[in-house]
Amino acid sequence: MLKLVAIFIDGLVYASWLFMVSVGLTLIYGVMKILNIAHGSLFALGAYAAASLVGAYFASGLPPAGSYVVLPVAAVIVGAFFGLLIERGILRFMYGRDEVLMVLVTYAVFLVLEDVIKLVWGVDPYFTAQPYGLLGTIDVLGLPYAVYDFALIAIALALGAAVWWGLNRTGRGKLLVAVIHDREMSRAMGINVTAMFLVTFIIGSMLGAIGGALTAPKISVVPGIGVEVIVLAFAVVVIGGLGSIGGAAVGALVAGFVRAATVHLYPEAELFVIYGVMALVLAVWPHGLFAQAEARKI
Amino acid sequence: MSVLTDRNVLVLLAAIPLLIAAGPIMPDWVRFFLQVSLASGLAVLGVVVQMRAGLVSFGQGLYYCLGAYAAGMTGHFVGVTDVFALLGLGIVVAAGVAVVLGFLMSRYREIFFAMLSLALSMILYGLLVKAEVLGSTDGFNLPKATFLGLAPTEQALRFAVYALTCAVTLLAAIFLYRYLKSPMGRIGEAIAQNEIRVEYLGSSARTVVHITYVLAAALSGAGGALAALANGHVDPEMANWTTSGQFVFVALLSGTGNVAAPLIGNFLLEMIRVYAVAWSPYTWQLILGATMLLVILFLPGGLWSLVERRKAGG
Repeated sequence: MLKLVAIFIDGLVYASWLFMVSVGLTLIYGVMKILNIAHGSLFALGAYAAASLVGAYFASGLPPAGSYVVLPVAAVIVGAFFGLLIERGILRFMYGRDEVLMVLVTYAVFLVLEDVIKLVWGVDPYFTAQPYGLLGTIDVLGLPYAVYDFALIAIALALGAAVWWGLNRTGRGKLLVAVIHDREMSRAMGINVTAMFLVTFIIGSMLGAIGGALTAPKISVVPGIGVEVIVLAFAVVVIGGLGSIGGAAVGALVAGFVRAATVHLYPEAELFVIYGVMALVLAVWPHGLFAQAEARKI
Repeated sequence: MSVLTDRNVLVLLAAIPLLIAAGPIMPDWVRFFLQVSLASGLAVLGVVVQMRAGLVSFGQGLYYCLGAYAAGMTGHFVGVTDVFALLGLGIVVAAGVAVVLGFLMSRYREIFFAMLSLALSMILYGLLVKAEVLGSTDGFNLPKATFLGLAPTEQALRFAVYALTCAVTLLAAIFLYRYLKSPMGRIGEAIAQNEIRVEYLGSSARTVVHITYVLAAALSGAGGALAALANGHVDPEMANWTTSGQFVFVALLSGTGNVAAPLIGNFLLEMIRVYAVAWSPYTWQLILGATMLLVILFLPGGLWSLVERRKAGG
């Protein structure tokens, strides 16, 4: 029973984290049909920015609670800056090219950003555990849990709700849904698709950076955290179906609970259980659970 | 055109004795880099053959590493030291794994293929990093190799492995060149163009993709085994995404129009890297990425297309 509760809570926490890092990826793919490998760099940039800013904040001696404002602010700033830079500086010259080629392009951007991170922040690890420890722990049936982790669940729910609300309940969101369904027709109807792309890419980049910033207090921020995230996030969105927000949520829940169960019951398999689930799902549904059917080109 | 009157085949064949003869003249370090780049060039050829069929593999390091570890582990734990046995084993293990994974991979194209291959190679990387017996991130050393039961002196052995690498890589390039001209190779290109029509014409796209995938894996496995023999050492870095990314980079930069171009490109890149890394250690990937973007924007056919264009013009 205790184990079951532990699996449930751990699964929920991990699923929240997975959802946060993958929702931006799936949003960008859904709208722009670009599988953005540089999403991993945005995660890393968010983590580094948060680590430095929060570090500086604590060094300045201001009230510690303010660090919870600094975390997302840092993420939004780097996300917006790099999102704008990548979309306007590189991607806009590539629209209309093959999807695989876009993977190569974002991969090249990823390579560049990996080194930019090393040049700016060096290769030594950064620690910002203060925001994590500050909230303390609570006991659930005698098991201590960090309150920060529960906060992550709430934030993931809020992010998911915000994205859903933005897409389905606002005028601009509905225009965006139109772009997702048919880019050319939307353009013909007078939607400014170029602007939509830019906004989507910036929002997606911010989401990636927020994922990184909120993760930073839980880990040591080192070079190379980006690549693991992009592979994991891809696994999650593929389980749900690439380009579907609900799919990312379901994928995150499936992957989160499976991983938590594995960690508690058979820890040796932790490393690849998510890929195992992905392979299993793909074996039955070749393009994920909620993927839209694709027209065949003849 | 028969095999022996094909000019490209003859040029590649003639390059084998030339490279081997040039071996003793070259400074040791140049020969070493040539040898390593020819070995990893096989993995690049693996990427190239898949690219011709429209498939981008971001995880060719998986098979490069499998080939290397198969050779390394057999040498280290079983005590087999014959270079031919180790090379053969590297190929067989890589191809064997590819046959199994190919059933999954051959269902996918485009981004799914790219990302799944990346995921698979990262699984192997994760496994090897966790494996204490195999030295985790440090890897382990191979015992001194032997040649058909002979145990040559250090100097002679190094030259022999160099000669073997030259021969294997160029013969593989010739084979690949002929393969790409064969009906099977042509179907691969047709799949990149329009898969449904391929099916209408009576060929199974999945089977051809599966075969291409296994062929690429065998090439990369051979490359990995030869690289392990050249370095005398294997480590998980061979399966890391950076390694695979570099293979894709070379394939893209050199272009996929010619089998020799990736080999030459790989050697030049290896040489440039020696200086670039010494000059500025944290900008290597930045340079790679930036060059890749420029090539994609301005030279979609790779650097080799410049050569082709000149030929067509003059």
